[in-house]
Amino acid sequence: MKSSRALSALAALTTLGLTVTGCSTVGEESSDTSTDSSVVLVTHDSFVLPKALKKKFEQESGYDLVVRASGDAGQLTNKLVLTKDDPIGDVAFGVDNTFASRALDAGVFAPYSFDEPAGAADYALPGDDDHRLTPVDNGNVCVNVDDTWFADHDQAPPKTLDDLTDPAYQDLFVLPGAATSSTGMAFLLATIAAYGEDGWQGYWSKLMDNGAKLTAGWSDAYEVDFTQGGGSGDRPIVLSYDSSPAFTVPKGAKTSSTSALLDTCFEQVEYAGVLEGAGNVDGAEAFVRFMDSPEVQAALPESMYVFPVVDGVKLPSDWARYAVQPTDSYAVDPADVAAHRDEWLRDWSDITSR
Amino acid sequence: MLELENVTVRYDGVPAVVEVSLDLPDGEVLAVLGPSGCGKSTLLRAVAGLETPSDGAIRWDGRDLAGVPTHKRGFALMFQDGQLFNHLTVARNVGYALRIRRTRSSRVAERVAELLALVGLEGYAERLPATLSGGERQRVALARSLAVDPRLILLDEPLSALDAGLRERLAGDLREILRSAGTTALMVTHDHEEAFTVADRLAVMRGGRVVQAGGISEVWRAPADPETALFLGYARVLRGEAARVLLAAAGLPVAPAVAVRRSALVAAPDGPLTGRVVSGRATPEQVRLVVEVPGVGQVDAVSPLGLHPGPGEQVSLTVEAAKLATLPGA
Amino acid sequence: MTARTRWSNRTRWSSRTRWSSLSRPLALAGLAVVPVLVLGVFFVLPVSGMLQLGFWADGSFDPGAVLEVLGRPRVHRVVWFTVWSASVATAVAVLLGLPAAHALHRLRFPGRDVVRAALLVPFVLPTVVVGVAFRQLLGEAGPLGFLRLDGTAVAILAGLVFFNVAVVIRVVGAAWESLDPRPGEAAAALGASPAQVFRTVTLPALRPAIVSAASVVFLFCATAFGVVLTLGGLRYSSVETEIYLLTTNLLDLQAAAALSILQLVAVVVLLLVAGRLRAVPDPEVSRVLARPRWPARGDVWALTSTLLLLVLVAAPIATLVVGSLHVDGDWSLGNYRALTTNGTHQALLVPVTDALVTSLRTAVDATWMSLSMGLLVAFTVTRRSRSRAERRVRRGLDGLFMLPLGVSAVTLGFGFLITLDEPPLDLRSSPLLVPIAQALVALPLVVRTIVPVLAGINDRQRQAAASLGAGPLRAVLTVDLPVVWKPLLAAGGFAFAVSLGEFGATSFLAREEHPTLPVVIYRLIGHPGPMNYGMALAASVVLAATTTVVMLVVERLRVPSVGAF
Repeated sequence: MKSSRALSALAALTTLGLTVTGCSTVGEESSDTSTDSSVVLVTHDSFVLPKALKKKFEQESGYDLVVRASGDAGQLTNKLVLTKDDPIGDVAFGVDNTFASRALDAGVFAPYSFDEPAGAADYALPGDDDHRLTPVDNGNVCVNVDDTWFADHDQAPPKTLDDLTDPAYQDLFVLPGAATSSTGMAFLLATIAAYGEDGWQGYWSKLMDNGAKLTAGWSDAYEVDFTQGGGSGDRPIVLSYDSSPAFTVPKGAKTSSTSALLDTCFEQVEYAGVLEGAGNVDGAEAFVRFMDSPEVQAALPESMYVFPVVDGVKLPSDWARYAVQPTDSYAVDPADVAAHRDEWLRDWSDITSR
Repeated sequence: MLELENVTVRYDGVPAVVEVSLDLPDGEVLAVLGPSGCGKSTLLRAVAGLETPSDGAIRWDGRDLAGVPTHKRGFALMFQDGQLFNHLTVARNVGYALRIRRTRSSRVAERVAELLALVGLEGYAERLPATLSGGERQRVALARSLAVDPRLILLDEPLSALDAGLRERLAGDLREILRSAGTTALMVTHDHEEAFTVADRLAVMRGGRVVQAGGISEVWRAPADPETALFLGYARVLRGEAARVLLAAAGLPVAPAVAVRRSALVAAPDGPLTGRVVSGRATPEQVRLVVEVPGVGQVDAVSPLGLHPGPGEQVSLTVEAAKLATLPGA
Repeated sequence: MTARTRWSNRTRWSSRTRWSSLSRPLALAGLAVVPVLVLGVFFVLPVSGMLQLGFWADGSFDPGAVLEVLGRPRVHRVVWFTVWSASVATAVAVLLGLPAAHALHRLRFPGRDVVRAALLVPFVLPTVVVGVAFRQLLGEAGPLGFLRLDGTAVAILAGLVFFNVAVVIRVVGAAWESLDPRPGEAAAALGASPAQVFRTVTLPALRPAIVSAASVVFLFCATAFGVVLTLGGLRYSSVETEIYLLTTNLLDLQAAAALSILQLVAVVVLLLVAGRLRAVPDPEVSRVLARPRWPARGDVWALTSTLLLLVLVAAPIATLVVGSLHVDGDWSLGNYRALTTNGTHQALLVPVTDALVTSLRTAVDATWMSLSMGLLVAFTVTRRSRSRAERRVRRGLDGLFMLPLGVSAVTLGFGFLITLDEPPLDLRSSPLLVPIAQALVALPLVVRTIVPVLAGINDRQRQAAASLGAGPLRAVLTVDLPVVWKPLLAAGGFAFAVSLGEFGATSFLAREEHPTLPVVIYRLIGHPGPMNYGMALAASVVLAATTTVVMLVVERLRVPSVGAF
C-alpha cells in the first residue's frame, strides 16, 4: 500500500520531469555558437541594440552577430586582459576611458583605422597612437540636484564641487562609492582632476565631514536616497549623469524637476575595438564601423543612456530639451588612471571609512 | 487515587475514547485490555496529559487534572519500545527525572545504582541505549520511570515488543518490581496473559468504550459478552442447544451462552459426553483434539499424553466447570 | 568509546554479508566518479587556475608576495568583520529559525503551507533589489528610519538573516518533522517542562540538522556580497567584497589569490568542526511522521517568533510590492504590463517575460543536475565504511562538495574563462555553463539535506532487501528512496530556488542573448528612468511569486505517508 503510493508518486514525478524537459536548456540548439560566418561581440551587461539594427548589421556584413554580454566595464576589461592569449570573441565594446589603458597595456586590442565619421576623433583616447580603440559614445557623470526641493526650501542649489563642502548643504549629498561603482569612480577622478593628485584627499575629508552619504551603487543613491528617486528619499543632491534630467520631467510639465551641475562633470567615453588574435577580423572591423554608423549613433541615447560621438546625430526630443551636456568636463590621463587606480582607491577607502 | 469520569477524547471530531469511567486506588495495578485501535492508548495519553479530553474529568485524589500539563502531573510514562534517550548513557537515562528536579548528584548516583539493581542491570550504567537488547532497554525504561517514585506509572504496552519467553519472564519481574515499589500503575495492553500476570484489576475496552471492569478473576470468570470472552482467551462461545448440552454435562444451570476454554473438555473414560475425534495434535504437555460432539458441534478438547485417540475414534469427555463461563443472552 | 566499538562490530558484520569484497570499492568509486569529475572540471580546475595566476605572478613562483597580503592590517580588519558578522548572523538565524521550524513543521494552522513557501522567497530575490527595499525601510526617510540602522552593521546582520533563515527552517524542519515525539513525551511525563524537554531531548536529536544548517548559513553569510555593500554603506568590507574589488577593479590577482586561499582554509576548518559537532553516537533514528497538531498554549513562543520572522521577511517584500504598483506616484499596473516589452526605449535585449522563461528553464537544469549529483554524493558518503581509510575518503568527499559555497563567484567566474578554453574542455561559451555553475552552488544544500536522512537508515534494511533478492539498485529503490523521498523534494525546491535567484556566478558567465531574470532586474535597476525602476520592482515581485508557487507545488508533491515507511 505504502510502496504503491510511493511508486505512483515516483511516476508522477517522472511524468513531471518529462514534461519539464521541454523547459530544459539541455539539447537546445544553441543559435549563438560561433562559426565561420559569425562575429562574436564581447561586451558588458548594459549593451543593448534594437533588434532591427542587429538584423541590419547581419544583412549588410553577411555575418551573424553573436553577443556575449556580462559584468560591468571593469569586469569586461579584466576578462579581456585575462583571456588575451585566447580571446573569447572577435570584437569588444564597452571598455571606457578609465579602464582603457589597462587593456592597451596588456595588448588586448589590434590596431584598426578607418575613415571615422566627423566628430568621433574628438573623443579618441589620449595615448592610443596606433588607433586600437574607436570611440562610440560618451556621457558625463555629474552631480544632479532636485530643483523643486531647493525651490520649496527657498535655497539656492549648489553649483560647484566646492559648494558641496559648504555647511549650507550639510547632509544633503548622496553618491555611490568609488570602490564599488564606476559612476562613483568617475566622480573620484573628477575631484582628482579638480584638486590635483595631492589635493583631492583634503577635499574628500571635507566632503565626508559635511555629511555626504555613500552607497554601494548608483541605484541605491538615486532610487533610495535622492528626493526625486523611486522611493521616498530625503537627499536633494545626488551623483548621476548629464542625461538624468531627461528622465525627471513630470507629466505635462515643460521643465525637468532636476538639473545636472555642469561644473562637476567627468566625461566617460566608451570604445569599440578589434581583439588581437580575433578569428574573424573582417567581421570585427565591420562591427566597429557599424557602431559609428548614423543609425546606431542615433539609437544610443534610448538604448544605452549615452550620447553619440558622431556629429549631426539627431537626439530624442526629451534629451535635446532637458539633457544638457557640459562644454568642459574634468579629465584624467588614462595612463595615470591605470598607474594609480590601486593607490587612489586605497586612499579613498581610508578617508571615507574613517 | 485516579478517577476517570465519563472521559471522551476526540481526534478531529472522531471519538477515540467514549465516556470512560474508571477508578484506580493507590497501590493497585489496573490493566486496560483491548484490541489495537480500541482507544486504550489514547486513554493512557489523556491521563498523561498528552491528549485533552473533550468531555468528562480526570481526577487525582479528587483534584481535577484539566489544564495541568504533563510534566506537572507527577506521573511517569513508559512506552512499548522504551523510548530511551539515545544520546544519554543508561545511568543518565535513569537519573533523568532526578536531575530535572535538581537532585544532588551524589543522591542521583545512589538512586540510579539502587534502581539498576532493582531491575537487574548492575554494571550497565555507562552503556549507551543502542548497545542494549530489547529486554534490557525495557528494564532501563522502567527504572527511569520509577526514579522519582511517581504517584502513578503509565505503561503503554510495556512488553509487547519483546519475544514470547522474555515477555513472560519480564511480566513476572514487572509485577514484582511494581509490588515492591508499591507503585500505582495503569497499563494498557492487548495481551491478556500480560494483563493477568501484572495487574490486579482489569478493564476491557472495545470501540472506545470500557465494556467490563473488575478484579482479574471476576472479569475472567464472567465475561460481559462473547467478544470479551474471546478476547480474554476463551477458545469458543457456544449458544442455544450446544450451550445447554455442555452446561448440563458440567452440572451447571442453563444459560443462553457459554464461553469455553480450550482445556475445558478432557478425554476421560467415563465422561458424560461422547464424540468423534476430527483431528489431534500432540504438544509437550497434552494432546489437543478437535472433537465432533452430537448436539454441540465441533469443540476443542485435550487428552493426557498417554492417551492419543486417532481421527475417527470415539472418545468420552468430562467437562471442567471452572473452565466455563456462562454469558448473558446475546 | 562504546559507540566506536559498536560501529566496528557492525562494520565487520556487514562486510561478511554484503557484496563480494572486490566489486565493492569499484562500485563506490563508480558512484562518485561523475560528481567528482564535474566538480573537478567546473570548480577545482578554474579555481586553481586563478590561484596559479596569483602565485605565479610574472611567470615565477612567488608565494611570499601572496603571504605578504595576509599581513596587511586592512586584511585583518576584513577577516575579522567577515567572521564576526557571519557568526552573529548565523546565531540569530538559528535562534529565529528553530521556533519557526517547530511551528511550520510540527504544528498545523491555516495558511501554514503558504507561510512555509513565503519564507523561502528571500532566498531567490536579487540582493540588489532587496538592498533597495531594505534601505527604503531603514533609510533616513523610511518608516524605520528612526532606528538609525541604515549603513550600520546591524542592517547588514538583518539582511543576512533575512536571506538565510529559510535554510535553518527547511533543514531543521525536515529533521524535526520526522522526529519521534515519544521520547519527548516520556520526558514530559518524568517531570520535564517543555523547555527542559526541548533542551534535554529535542535539541540533542536535532543537533546534526542544526549543525548542518548552521554551517551552510555561515558559509552563505561569510560569502555574502551585495548585502554587505548595500546595507553597510561601504563602511564594511568582507573577504568576499574585498576579493571582488581586488579582482574586478584592481586586477590585483596576488591579493585575491591570498584571500581565496584564506577562504578555502576557513571553509575546510569549518567543515571539520561541523563534522565533529554533527557526529552523534547513534545516527540511526526511528523515522515516524508525527501528526502535526493544532497549536497549544505552550506554542505561543514559537508562533510569536514565526510571526516576527514573517514580518522581518514581509516588510521589505511589501515595500517591493507597493513600489511595483506605483507609476508616477499613482497606483497602477503599468509596471506589470511593461514586463512583456523590452522596457522603455528598448532598454532590454529581451522582454522580462522571456527572461523569466529562461530563468525557469535554467533552474530546471540546475535542479536535476544538483539533485542527481547530490544523490550520488550522499549515497557514496553514507555507505558504511569498512576501514578507517575508507571512512576518511568518504568524509573528505562530503567536505569537498561544500567547497563551492566558500569560494567567491568572481574567482570562479574568471577561472572559467582562463581554464575552460581548450578542447576538450572548450566550454567557455557553452549554454550549459550557467546551469552547471548554479548546480554547484546548490549542491552543498542538496547534500546537507539528504545526508543526515540517509545516514539514519539502518543498513540491515538494505541487507534484508538484498536477502530477498533485490539487486543493489532495487534495494536502494525499496529502502532508501521512500525515506529520502521527502528530503529530496525539499532539496529540489532549494536547488530550484538557488538557481532562480543566483546572480554572482550567473552575471559573470557568457549569457549570450538569454539573460536570466535576476540579471535583467539588475540591469533595469541600474539605469535611470522611473519606468525601469518600477519594472525592476515588478519583475522582482514576479520572481518572488514564481518562487512561492514553485515551493507550494513542491510541498504538495510531498507524500504524506512517507514517514510511515
